[in-house]
Amino acid sequence: MSYTTTPYSAQPSAPHAETILEMRSITKTFPGVIALQDVNLAVRKGEIHAICGENGAGKSTLMKVLSGVYPHGTYDGSIVFEGSPVQFRNIRDSEHHGIVIIHQELALSPYLSIAENLFLGNERSSRGVIDWNKTNAEATKLLAQVGLKDSPETRIYDIGVGKQQLVEIAKALSKDVKLLILDEPTAALNDEDSAHLLGLIETLRQRGITSIIISHKLAEIIRIADRTTVIRDGRTIKTLDMKADAVTEEVLIRSMVGREMGSRFPTRTPNIGSEVLRVEDWTVHHPIQQDRKVVDNASITVRRGEVVGLAGLMGAGRTEFAMSVFGRAYGTRITGRVIKDGKDVTPHSVGAAIDVGIAYATEDRKRYGLNLLTDIKRNIASASLKKVSKYGVVDGGAEAKVAERYRTEMNIKAPNVDVVTGNLSGGNQQKVVLSKWIYTDADVLILDEPTRGIDVGAKYEIYTIINDLASAGKAIIMISSELPELLGMCDRIYAISEGRVTGEVLREDANEETLMRYMTMENDTDQEVAR
Amino acid sequence: MSAVKQMLGGNIRQYGIVGALFAIVLIFQFLTDGKLLLPNNVASLIQQNAYVMILAAGMVIVIIAGHIDLSVGSIVGFIGGVVAIMMQHWGWPWWLAILAGLALGAVVGTWQGFWVAYVGVPAFIVTLAGWLAFRGLAILLVGVTVSIGTQPQFVAISNGSIANFLGYIDNRDVVTLVIGALVIALMVFSQLRSRRIMQSHGLAVEPAVAVWARLAVLTVLVAFFAWTLAGSRGGTPIVLIIVGIVIVTYSFVTRRTVFGRNVYAMGGNLQGAMLSGVDTKKMNFFIFVNIGFLASIAAVVTTSKAGAAVGSAGNLYELDAIAACFIGGTSVSGGIGRISGVMVGALIMGVLNIGLSILQVDPAWQQVLKGLVLLLAVAFDLNAKRRAGTR
Ligand SMILES: Nc1ncnc2c1ncn2[C@@H]1O[C@H](COP(=O)(O)OP(=O)(O)OP(=O)(O)O)[C@@H](O)[C@H]1O
Ligand SMILES: [Mg+2]
Repeated sequence: MSYTTTPYSAQPSAPHAETILEMRSITKTFPGVIALQDVNLAVRKGEIHAICGENGAGKSTLMKVLSGVYPHGTYDGSIVFEGSPVQFRNIRDSEHHGIVIIHQELALSPYLSIAENLFLGNERSSRGVIDWNKTNAEATKLLAQVGLKDSPETRIYDIGVGKQQLVEIAKALSKDVKLLILDEPTAALNDEDSAHLLGLIETLRQRGITSIIISHKLAEIIRIADRTTVIRDGRTIKTLDMKADAVTEEVLIRSMVGREMGSRFPTRTPNIGSEVLRVEDWTVHHPIQQDRKVVDNASITVRRGEVVGLAGLMGAGRTEFAMSVFGRAYGTRITGRVIKDGKDVTPHSVGAAIDVGIAYATEDRKRYGLNLLTDIKRNIASASLKKVSKYGVVDGGAEAKVAERYRTEMNIKAPNVDVVTGNLSGGNQQKVVLSKWIYTDADVLILDEPTRGIDVGAKYEIYTIINDLASAGKAIIMISSELPELLGMCDRIYAISEGRVTGEVLREDANEETLMRYMTMENDTDQEVAR
Repeated sequence: MSAVKQMLGGNIRQYGIVGALFAIVLIFQFLTDGKLLLPNNVASLIQQNAYVMILAAGMVIVIIAGHIDLSVGSIVGFIGGVVAIMMQHWGWPWWLAILAGLALGAVVGTWQGFWVAYVGVPAFIVTLAGWLAFRGLAILLVGVTVSIGTQPQFVAISNGSIANFLGYIDNRDVVTLVIGALVIALMVFSQLRSRRIMQSHGLAVEPAVAVWARLAVLTVLVAFFAWTLAGSRGGTPIVLIIVGIVIVTYSFVTRRTVFGRNVYAMGGNLQGAMLSGVDTKKMNFFIFVNIGFLASIAAVVTTSKAGAAVGSAGNLYELDAIAACFIGGTSVSGGIGRISGVMVGALIMGVLNIGLSILQVDPAWQQVLKGLVLLLAVAFDLNAKRRAGTR
C-alpha cells in the first residue's frame, strides 16, 4: 500500500470517477415551510457521500425526494441516476433502480423473524407458497455478509437496535442495491455497534456500492466519508472533498452553522447544594422474564444544582433504572426506596412521580415521548395539564402562550406552535420532548439521551439549557452513550454494568478509560470498592 | 383568496365533509322535487336521527381513545325495556323512570368499564359480550312489546315540540326563531371571544376576514334551518334541545377539558400518555361509563319515539354510530376525531335515510347505498390525508 504516501499516484477512488447520481435544483415545500430550495447534490460512483446540516436543514426530506417517498411531481427539480433522468412514483420504483433508503426510524416488523423481514414484499416462494429452506438459506448468506451471527429465525423484537440496523442493510443487499441511503444510522447505537456498522459500509464501498450517509456525529463523517455536502436552511452550502481539503470537525461545524463555535461544552461553575434525591437498594425484574434482574440493588444520590451522569453500555439497565424510578413505568417486582428531600416518596405511578417532582424525558421520543398526531402546544402541556387548567378545563390561551415561550427559548424550528409534531424534523421533536418535561418544573430531571439525533449547534443549546437548569437549583440525572458528553457535562458519573452500579467517579477524576473499566465490569468479578 | 386558503388550510378534511353533506342535500332536494327540505321533513329528520347523534358523541370518544363499542344498540334495547316496565308495571312517574334509566346506563357503563380498564379485556370483546348479553336481557324483560301509551309526557320527548307560547309571525313559530337567533348570537360571541383571548396572549390568529366569512356562512345556515323548522307542524322538536345540549357539552368535553386531552393523548400514543402521567385505567373506565350513560339517553329517546319498548329496539344502532364517526373523519386507529365532524357524519346518514324513504327506495337498497357512502367517505379521507403529505 505504498501509493498512499506518494501524492501523484492513483487514489483508490479516482478523483474523476463517474457520477452515479445528480439531483438538480430540488425545491420541496410543505404548507407554510420551504424544506428544500434549489438544492444540488452530485454523488460519485463508489464513494461514501455524507450529508450534514443542522436539525431541520432538510436532509431527511432530500433523501425522501430521492427515494420516491415524495413522488415525482410533488417537488421541483430533476434527478439523474446512472446517466438517465428518473421520475420515481414510489419507493418500489427507486428500489427497482437499485436505490434503497434506510430511514431514521427503522421499519422492520417486530414480530416477524429476521428472514421474514429480509424478504418482506419479495418472498422466496413458489406458486405463492413460501419456500422456507430457501428463505433461511439465503438469509443466512445475507446475514453473513453484514457480519450477523444470529439465526434467521430470531424475531426482530428480540434483537437490539444495532443488529436491527444490520438487518436493514442485509435487506438492502438482497435487493441488489447500487446506492444505499442511511439516515442517521448510528444515532441509537453505542460505540461498538457504530464502529461495526461503519466498517460494514466501508466494506460495501470496496464492493462498488455507493452510500449516502446522514449523521450528526462528525467524527464518524470524518472517518468514513469521501465527500460531504453541507445543507443549511434548505440550501446547499458546499460539497467538501474530505481528503483533499483535509476537513476537520471545526470546518464542518463552521459550514453547518455558518459561524465559528468555541468549545463543545458550555462552562458552568457548579453550585451544589443539599441532597434532593436518593434511590436506595433499587432492584427491578424484567416484566416478562420475571426471574431476571434488570437492575440489581442500585443506589444513587443527586444534589441540588448537580448534574449526575449514568454511564453504561447498551443494555446495562440505565433506562430501565430510570423508568422504574419514574413511577414504575418499567419492570415488575420492584423493591427499594426513593427518598426525596429526606422523605420516602417511592412513587407507584407516573402521576405520583410527577407530583413529587420527578421528570423523565425518554430516549425514544416516537414511542414514548410524543403524540405525533397532535400539535406542539398540546405535547408540551401534556405532562402538566394541571398547570394550564382549572376545574378540569384547559385554558387554551395559557397553553399556547407557554408553548410559544418554549418554541422561542428552545429555538424549535416551526412557524408556530400549531404544527403537528409528526411533521417536525427529528431534532426539533427532541426539543419538544425536553420542553414538555422542563415545563413540569420538576426538581429532579432524568434526561435519557437528551442529545440523540441533535446537531452540534443544537447540542450546545441543550447543554446550555441543562446548565441553566442546574444553576437554577434543579438536580439533573443524565443518561448518555457518548462518554465525551458525560465527561463534558457531569459533576459526578455513576457507571452501571449489568444492572449494578459498578463505580462512581468525580468530574476531576473521570476519563474515558476509568469509565470504560467500570462499565465493562462483569458481574462475577470482584467489585472494586467505589471511591 | 389567500385568506380563504388559509382559513381552509388545516381544515380541508373538515370542510370536505361539510361539502359532501351539501352535495347530498342538494341531490335529494332535486330527486324529491324539493320535498326533502319541507319543514315537516326537516323536523322528522331530527326526530328520527337523534339517537345516532347522541350515541355518536360517546362513540367518537371511545374510538379516539383507540377502542370500539359494539354494545350500545343492545343497551338501548335493555334500558328502554327497563324504563317502560318501571312506568307501566311498577307505576313509576315518567320522570322518575327516566332518572332511574340514566342511572342504570351509568351502571352498565361501569360494568363494561371495569372489564376494559381494570381487567384489561379488549373493548371489542367486552362490548361484544355486552352486545349479546344486553340484547338477551332486553328480550327476556320485554317479551314482544311493553306499550307506554299511558304516558303522554314520555312519548312527547321524541314526538312533541316545544310549546308555542310566543305566537306566530307569518305562520312561523316564534319560539323556534328566538332559539335560532340565540344560537347565532352565541356562535358569534364565542368565536370572537376565543380570537380575542388568543390575541391578548400575543398569539397568531386567523385573519379577521376568515372569521367573519365563516361566521356569515354559519349564520345563514342556522337562520335557514330555524326558519324552516319554524314552519313545521310543531316548531322546535323537544329532542332537538336534548341533541343540542349533548353536542355543546361534548364539544366542550373533547376540546377543552383535561379528560378530553387525555383521551386524545391515549389514542395518539398510549405509552406516551402513560409516561406523561395520564391514569389510563381511570380514563378507560370513565370513557365507558360515559358511553353507557349516553346510551341510556338514546334509550329514552328511542322508546319515546316508538311509543313502546320492543325487545329488538336499538338493533344495529352501534353500527350507525360507528359509521357516523368514520364518515365524520374519526381515525380508525384512534387519536383523531371531532364532535363537529361526527355530527355532520350523522347528518349525512340521516339525510340519506329520510331522502331514500321519501323516494320509497326499497330498504335493502337503502342499506347498499349507505354502505357505499361509508366506504367512499373513508376512502376520500385517506386520500385527503395523503395529499396533505402527512404520511
Ligand atoms: N411532512 C411534513 N410536513 C410539514 N413540514 C415538514 C414535513 N416534513 C418535514 N418538514 C419540515 O421540513 C424541514 C426539513 O425537515 P427534515 O426532516 O428534512 O430535517 P433534517 O435535516 O432531516 O433534520 P434532523 O437532523 O433533525 O433529522 C423541517 O423544517 C420540517 O419541519
Ligand atoms: Mg432527519
